[in-house]
Amino acid sequence: MATEGGFSIHPMDQFVVKPLFGDGPVEWYTLTNVTLWMGLALVCIFALFVLATRHRGLIPTRLQSIAEVFYGFIHNMVEEVAGHEGVKYFPLVMTLFLFVLLSNLLGLLPMSFTTTSHVAVTGVLALLVFLGVTLIGISRKGLGFFAMFWVSSAPLALRPILAVIEVISYIMRPVSHSIRLAGNLLAGHAVLKVFAGFASMAIISPLAIAGAVGIYALEVLVAFVQAYVFTILTCVYLKDAVGEAHH
Amino acid sequence: MATETHGMNWHAECLMDAGSAKGMPQLCTDWMPNQVFWLLVTLVVLFFILKTIALPRIGAVLAERKGTITNDLAAAEELRQKAIAAERSFNEALATARAEAGKIVAAAKADIQKELDAATARADLEIGAKAAESEKRIAEIREGALAAVEAVAKDTAAELVTALGGTVDAGAVTAAVAARLKG
Repeated sequence: MATEGGFSIHPMDQFVVKPLFGDGPVEWYTLTNVTLWMGLALVCIFALFVLATRHRGLIPTRLQSIAEVFYGFIHNMVEEVAGHEGVKYFPLVMTLFLFVLLSNLLGLLPMSFTTTSHVAVTGVLALLVFLGVTLIGISRKGLGFFAMFWVSSAPLALRPILAVIEVISYIMRPVSHSIRLAGNLLAGHAVLKVFAGFASMAIISPLAIAGAVGIYALEVLVAFVQAYVFTILTCVYLKDAVGEAHH
Repeated sequence: MATETHGMNWHAECLMDAGSAKGMPQLCTDWMPNQVFWLLVTLVVLFFILKTIALPRIGAVLAERKGTITNDLAAAEELRQKAIAAERSFNEALATARAEAGKIVAAAKADIQKELDAATARADLEIGAKAAESEKRIAEIREGALAAVEAVAKDTAAELVTALGGTVDAGAVTAAVAARLKG
């Protein structure tokens, strides 16, 4: 971005999608750094959830207990937020959570590529949630699903206006859902890169490195928190589809 | 990375000539089909790994652990009840034994008391017999002594009469001594 004097900072270069082999164009099937880092996330999840649990120990090993903690955490979240009926969709929620969490965490490795910093990725995730929740809701409640836009506790005159607002807010859900995640990771990684760029200036390099370390710690927190937020919102949306009407 | 990739054709619209990003790479629509395709592949694979292997396995392990813990707690409770019952029966046995011991002690005491009473009675009898015998002897001695006093008194009286120049009338002396002794 900025090129002045002897050094330049390109905070957005880390988000460039590039082919793994050769210099061809990026077609939809091309093996790219997106493929690589999504694949690595998959490998990590496989290692933690399949390899580490292969002994099915009654007394868990360390890795197995980590997998059990994640299982219990998300299972409880689905049950408490989405209700008992939502537990059926626990594998889907777990898939989303683990993918987002591992993508966020792997993105913090130096020289890595953060797949969840791209709105194309988080947008698809959020759209899947949106479409999934809508379809589940319609298939479970039929047209009664749309009753949640009709706020029966409000005065009759206000209900049509509230219905419009409810529909707009419902349709905007995937937008906020996806941009929240991608925006957090994009901003954090860009700031990290800017700090790292300033580290090449001798005068301010101690400050820049300290800043980068601080931002890095914050980003580890953000990686967990954003995965958590994405998942709990998914559960909240799921509750609309499977839970009792709450309006 | 950026310096070594001159001459590539990743997607020129989104990149500067040097391979740096032009604007926000997030908004480069040329890359989106690739991202979406690989995302869907990853999600499907991940979902099937979780759904078919990982989650049932972990769920089974957790359920098994819960069952084991419940069973162990039940077994522990059972053992605790057994321990309480054992303690109760022990205490009962202890109380019975104590009562038995008390009874034995009381019986022994009664026996001893009886023997003691018999021995005391026997001793009392013996002492009574001894005392009676002694009293009889003392009486004899006293009789003897009294007789001796009478004789001595008679003799002394006779001597005194003689010494005073009288004549001894044995009959009078005896009568006088007897009167004195009686008085």
